[in-house]
Amino acid sequence: MAKVTIDGIEIEVPDGTTILNAARQIGGEVVPPAMCYYTSLKETGGKCRVCLVKVTQGSAKDPRPMPKLVASCRTPVADGMVVQNITSPDVLEARKGVVEFLLLNHPLDCPICDQAGECDLQDLSYEHGTEGTRTEFERRTFDKIDIGDKIKLHMTRCILCYRCVFVADQLTPERVHGVLNRGDRSEISTYIEKAVDNDFSGNMIDVCPVGALTDRTFRFKSRVWFTKPMDAHRNCSKCCGKVVLWMKGNEVLRVTGRKDRYGEVKEFICNECRFEHKNPADWTIEGPRHINRHSVISQNHYEKIDLQNLKREVERQIVFQKGRQLPEASPNS
Amino acid sequence: MGRKLLLEHINEPGIQSFEVYRQKGGYASVEKALKTMTPDAVMEEVKKSGLRGRGGAGFPAGMKWSFIDKKSDKPRYLVCNADESEPGTFKDRYLMEHIPHILIEGMITSSYALGAKTSFIYIRGEYMYIVRILEKAIDEAYAKGFLGKNILGTDYSLDLYVHPGAGAYICGEETALLESLEGKRGNPRLKPPFPAVAGLYACPTVVNNVETIAAVVPIINQGGEEYAKIGIGKSTGTKLISASGHINKPGVYEIELGLPVEEFIYSEEYCGGIWKGRKLKAVVAGGSSVPILPTDLILKTAKGEPRLMTYESLSDGGFVSGTMLGSGGFIVMDETTNIVKNLYTFSRFYHHESCGQCSPCREGTAWLEKILHRLLHGQGKKKDIDILVDAAKKIEGNTICPLGDAAAWPVASAIRHFRKEFEEEAAGLPAERNLELATH
Amino acid sequence: MTENNTIAFSPDTLAVAKKIIARYPEDQQKSALIPILHLAQAEFNGWLSPEAMDYVASILNIKPIEVYEVVTFYSMFNTKPVGKCLLEVCQTSSCWLRGSNEIIDHLKKKLNIGVGETTADGMFTLKTVECLGSCGTAPMLQCGADFHENLTIEKVDSLLEKLRSKNERSTYLKSLNVNG
Repeated sequence: MAKVTIDGIEIEVPDGTTILNAARQIGGEVVPPAMCYYTSLKETGGKCRVCLVKVTQGSAKDPRPMPKLVASCRTPVADGMVVQNITSPDVLEARKGVVEFLLLNHPLDCPICDQAGECDLQDLSYEHGTEGTRTEFERRTFDKIDIGDKIKLHMTRCILCYRCVFVADQLTPERVHGVLNRGDRSEISTYIEKAVDNDFSGNMIDVCPVGALTDRTFRFKSRVWFTKPMDAHRNCSKCCGKVVLWMKGNEVLRVTGRKDRYGEVKEFICNECRFEHKNPADWTIEGPRHINRHSVISQNHYEKIDLQNLKREVERQIVFQKGRQLPEASPNS
Repeated sequence: MGRKLLLEHINEPGIQSFEVYRQKGGYASVEKALKTMTPDAVMEEVKKSGLRGRGGAGFPAGMKWSFIDKKSDKPRYLVCNADESEPGTFKDRYLMEHIPHILIEGMITSSYALGAKTSFIYIRGEYMYIVRILEKAIDEAYAKGFLGKNILGTDYSLDLYVHPGAGAYICGEETALLESLEGKRGNPRLKPPFPAVAGLYACPTVVNNVETIAAVVPIINQGGEEYAKIGIGKSTGTKLISASGHINKPGVYEIELGLPVEEFIYSEEYCGGIWKGRKLKAVVAGGSSVPILPTDLILKTAKGEPRLMTYESLSDGGFVSGTMLGSGGFIVMDETTNIVKNLYTFSRFYHHESCGQCSPCREGTAWLEKILHRLLHGQGKKKDIDILVDAAKKIEGNTICPLGDAAAWPVASAIRHFRKEFEEEAAGLPAERNLELATH
Repeated sequence: MTENNTIAFSPDTLAVAKKIIARYPEDQQKSALIPILHLAQAEFNGWLSPEAMDYVASILNIKPIEVYEVVTFYSMFNTKPVGKCLLEVCQTSSCWLRGSNEIIDHLKKKLNIGVGETTADGMFTLKTVECLGSCGTAPMLQCGADFHENLTIEKVDSLLEKLRSKNERSTYLKSLNVNG
């Protein structure tokens, strides 16, 4: 086990845990955002750089600070490590920079994007970005393509997190798409137009943090905040069968995997569950899905307050606010 | 005349061939190492020599070697980084083309020290004609029993191959190079693990620059301590400098570390002064990535001491008034040079070469180039200069590999030392100054 | 998969390819990808079509996408046909300082094409490239494996003449001599 302090809050985690996952065990504001890391996909992370944090003390044994900000999603903790996330002005400044870089070429047309309301980039810019933009250059655009009859690829919106490539590598028998070209000309593509067609390809949609990969069976049927998400399951021979049904009245508009509070699906679902069962009678409905109250999707949803949860949250806030006073801003910033 | 350790026999007719190279004392280090020294003893000499990585980072070579994971039961690899692509740098090409055997010899001696049974020379694809030269030298070494099974009758065996890249500066970054050698895109890996633990095929691996490996030859021949006597302080030995730009005698020069910069630029033995009788304006001393310095700061430090060709002296003053020795790519600019345009060629380069894996570099390098392009085309705005400084700052230190830093430093330093020129560009310029660029 | 391919290496080239593959550990054949792509580009008229890439994938027993990913990453691989002689003019700092722009402008005028274009007779394609490590002999251009250095307008003109009269496809690989 290793004791690590993040923004003044101490926690003990198993050796090998990453800083990000240690922070997630604490919860709340000290959790760095993550756009490319995905717990259930091996080797993801390190690319988007939004989860950068400052390690002010490497470990109890070697207390030297790390010379640069590190990607919290790929850096393991060490016993006695001290980390600053939102208590470091350097981190906040760097993150603001990364958000700006990610938005340099991302269209700012959320009102017409199908991902709006459940877009990680939208949340990220809201929380860490700045008002207005400093770029006046034309944004990079690509044509929309259908990769198969179920998935739409709109490369213009892609932030090159590589998650969908890892899905294809790790969940499907043969990857036919990948990252082509180099630098800011990079794109997700099959090169010669080819359908991505296998039992688990639909998970590419769930792992996409933005509106680059969307469900063609759902596109523009409804704003996501007008739907009611319900946990449901069925007996499936290919996957766990545990899904979220996005319903309007008695109609199932969309089926997705179940995302946790960090937007990650822990149990992937098959294409049959996702695309072929839009009849509510196919499912055992468990009840309304808990949605983070701060998200856009939670509009129109009312939930009973969980007092236990609220108590935990208040206590955590008190510790956090205390810890926040401790570290001083670095002299250079 | 400074001592020459690598280029001593450069003018010897036929030195490209095994016979002449051998007559001139070639392959003595292999004989000495394999027959009279343990691998650890070879490593010890390299440590004593104080040799620092000649690719640009200047990390102590002996220390890098000592990190190799000897407890692993996997094979170990030595990979030579001949992906020389840093703008302004062409010393490795010169060495490999003219004295290929010194690299082969260094590879054998170094592989022995590291316990590698198979080694690779990863060379940039554009140097394809040198692949032929190296393969011929390797064939000769095999034929003479310096490569292959039981070298010189010892129980040490080594296979050595040349592996060409295909056009990607990023493959000079050691983990990107290993990815490329494995047949993948040259995306740098996240570290840790470092190559010494998990490098090529996840096996313990050392990656060294061409010149670093060649320097092992004189170090073993004369001993690490003798080598360390050359130079000043922690800058030991000789260094190949690639001199280019507005000088009378561009070319590759082997200098003893410690040579005054002024002597290097103006003496007939080296650059021979500024061309066309003009005055010096600025120098990029260590390849395009390092900060540019104006005349007064490249010849003398901020404290007024003569600037010397050493790692320490060149970086004296930090990035405020200093620079770095880097790869030794010494680019000289005369008084007529438009610094903004020169910077534009660098920024275009980094944009072209960014692998695109991480967002600050992928998006940031493109942005830097676009803003500079706009500045040079009379469409610049005053705020552009501040955006350049700020964007460079936000790339620096926040990327997976050092390419981000390499793209940021030239921008930051050019504006730091030549801000006025940027302001002039932003204010709009006579059209003829930009005609040349506008055509592209 | 190969039966639909009309494209294939000559027996000599295939033998070289096999020799290259044998350099790498048995489970690491993919390592041979870049060297074999160089062979393929040289053999298949200076560029790599989807068929050529699929063929290389089949030789190395890897997925076609793994080949596409690599080919599109490296600047020396052409994914579109190019002229017989690909003229690659360096334009980075040291070359720019010594007049690469004049060389590029001259080539454009002389060949009546823009950068990235091919002459109507299919003889020349003009490309600008980033630093080729020829800074001390700037300005320079690469055509196939050859570096043409210390260029002047006159030198460029005589080079074009020479290339035109030789009328051979430029290639990075001059001969297929591979040790190992």
